[in-house]
Amino acid sequence: MKKRKNLPLIITLAVTYVAVWALQATGIVNDYSFAVIVTIGINIILATSLNLVTGFTGQFSLGHAGFMSIGAYTCALITQKNPTIPGFLLGVAAGATAAALVGVLVGLPTLRLRGDYLAIATLGMAEIIRVVFLNLEITNGAAGLSFLPQFVNWNWLFLFTAGTLVLLRNFLNSSPGRACISVREDEIAAESMGVNTTKYKVTAFSMGAFFAGVAGALYTSYFFFIKPDLFNFNKSIDILVIVVLGGMGSLSGSVIAAVLLQLISTWLAAFPEVRMVLYAAMLVAIMLFRPQGLLGSTEVSAVISRRLSKIGRRAKEEEV
Amino acid sequence: MPILNVENLTKTFGGLTAVSGVNLTLESGELVGLIGPNGAGKTTVFNLLTGVYHPTRGSVTLDRGHGAVSLVGKKPYNICKEGVARTFQNIRLFRSLTVLDNVRIAMHQNVRYGIAGGLFHMGSYKKEEQALLEKAQSLLSMLGLAEKSDELAANLSYGEQRHLEIARALATDPALLLLDEPAAGMNPAETAQLTSFIAQIRRDFGLTILLIEHDMSLVMTICERIYVLDYGTVIAAGTPGEIKTDKRVIEAYLGEDMGNA
Ligand SMILES: Nc1ncnc2c1ncn2[C@@H]1O[C@H](COP(=O)(O)OP(=O)(O)OP(=O)(O)O)[C@@H](O)[C@H]1O
Ligand SMILES: [Mg+2]
Repeated sequence: MKKRKNLPLIITLAVTYVAVWALQATGIVNDYSFAVIVTIGINIILATSLNLVTGFTGQFSLGHAGFMSIGAYTCALITQKNPTIPGFLLGVAAGATAAALVGVLVGLPTLRLRGDYLAIATLGMAEIIRVVFLNLEITNGAAGLSFLPQFVNWNWLFLFTAGTLVLLRNFLNSSPGRACISVREDEIAAESMGVNTTKYKVTAFSMGAFFAGVAGALYTSYFFFIKPDLFNFNKSIDILVIVVLGGMGSLSGSVIAAVLLQLISTWLAAFPEVRMVLYAAMLVAIMLFRPQGLLGSTEVSAVISRRLSKIGRRAKEEEV
Repeated sequence: MPILNVENLTKTFGGLTAVSGVNLTLESGELVGLIGPNGAGKTTVFNLLTGVYHPTRGSVTLDRGHGAVSLVGKKPYNICKEGVARTFQNIRLFRSLTVLDNVRIAMHQNVRYGIAGGLFHMGSYKKEEQALLEKAQSLLSMLGLAEKSDELAANLSYGEQRHLEIARALATDPALLLLDEPAAGMNPAETAQLTSFIAQIRRDFGLTILLIEHDMSLVMTICERIYVLDYGTVIAAGTPGEIKTDKRVIEAYLGEDMGNA
């Protein structure tokens, strides 16, 4: 039973890997379209990790771009000094760890707050991080860092994106993951059933920050130019839009929404005058028709297995 | 030997004294009722025992046979770890999760693998998850919920939700179980079934139970002793027979039906 549960994910990942590899090898995916794919991969990491915090653990965060920027700058500073593959990997690890540590530091005091208050606190935190990068000498202020070494190819992108997905999915299918979800469901009940809610809020928050740090490091190592304004409030909102659109509490929803939104906005780039209006109108329309997001809080695999079991049941009934 | 000792427990909310100088003693293995009119402070006592509220005054000590532990000032999850579990009067299930997950979450405190084990499904993950699943399923079948294990808690009937509350509390492996109106909203047949079920789990799990209930037939049938609370104070304590004839109890319940006991 366990094996069958993992099969759809493994197949999807394998097919995606081979497909993009083949498209790139045959030249159908050129540099421009590969940049779109990189953006999608990074957005998948950002959205699923924010979903862990907001969708699964129920802690409304508006500061995800702040954690991304910590990963981005940490990695940039390391690969500038050490422009090698080990340097890049060290940059990703250090960026993610730094983001996670800041996540713990910020999470401990702020996660006592609820709802709107927490949202404001995380927003403020991201702004502070941005202003710090804006004023530090080592990060070169508003101009940012440029001509950074580029490392991210399809293999690395796939490794980190698929890795994030698998780890998050594993976590959510474990006892500590379920403890996080119970915090969203009912904090008092969770606490009374033996769940240290503060611990799991901070865990989810810093784990989300960790993966946002990974995403930031990948951004640095592909787009090779970063500045504080890339990680402003708007960026946090963009990530939140993916999460809400895909469905709070659905990893596959976040993945689908990240792909869909990037394809739409790439396509809309051909109409620069109306781009933002169309994009916004589309978001409004989707939210009107699917207020719970594309997938609600279920996963694609659950939907498929429910369909299959329905078909199976019907087939059995017909036999009888 | 008393497993729970409560002395002078007091809780004020602003100007309102919800619980006032309450003394309670539960012997290990006893099934004790806590009754009283609406607003008497019964649920507040539970919230004080489980750390949801902090007492204004008073002491709560638990003794499971290896030394007395003060529960005052402890967080709810630590009190749960000490072996005190509860159900909620206004059902507080994890509504959008499955019945199975509701129970599995309550077993979390006894899971030994940590966050790394969860991320990588390593170490004792497989073994413990399998054990968790089996234990959860056996609890669910005890409560007649085996068939519903993949159903969302929110989709259960009212009676089933009350059963799941009990299953979830039992899943924490308690020594002391606090039941807050487990029969509320049940019909007489369901209540009768619940009554024998409570007696059964006490035996099977070696539990001490403190039970809040408005259904007098249930309370009078299974409780060995009863505390009566009115306006936050204990106005009577004794066997069901003594309570039924107590003047102050009858006065407190004036207008309420004690007759069907
Ligand atoms: N958090 C709170 N803040 C203020 N007042 C409270 C709070 N919790 C309970 N009270 C008050 O304390 C008193 C006792 O309430 P409690 O819920 O303990 O009564 P109860 O005996 O459980 O009643 P019922 O039989 O209706 O469940 C009530 O007057 C209630 O309004
Ligand atoms: Mg009550």
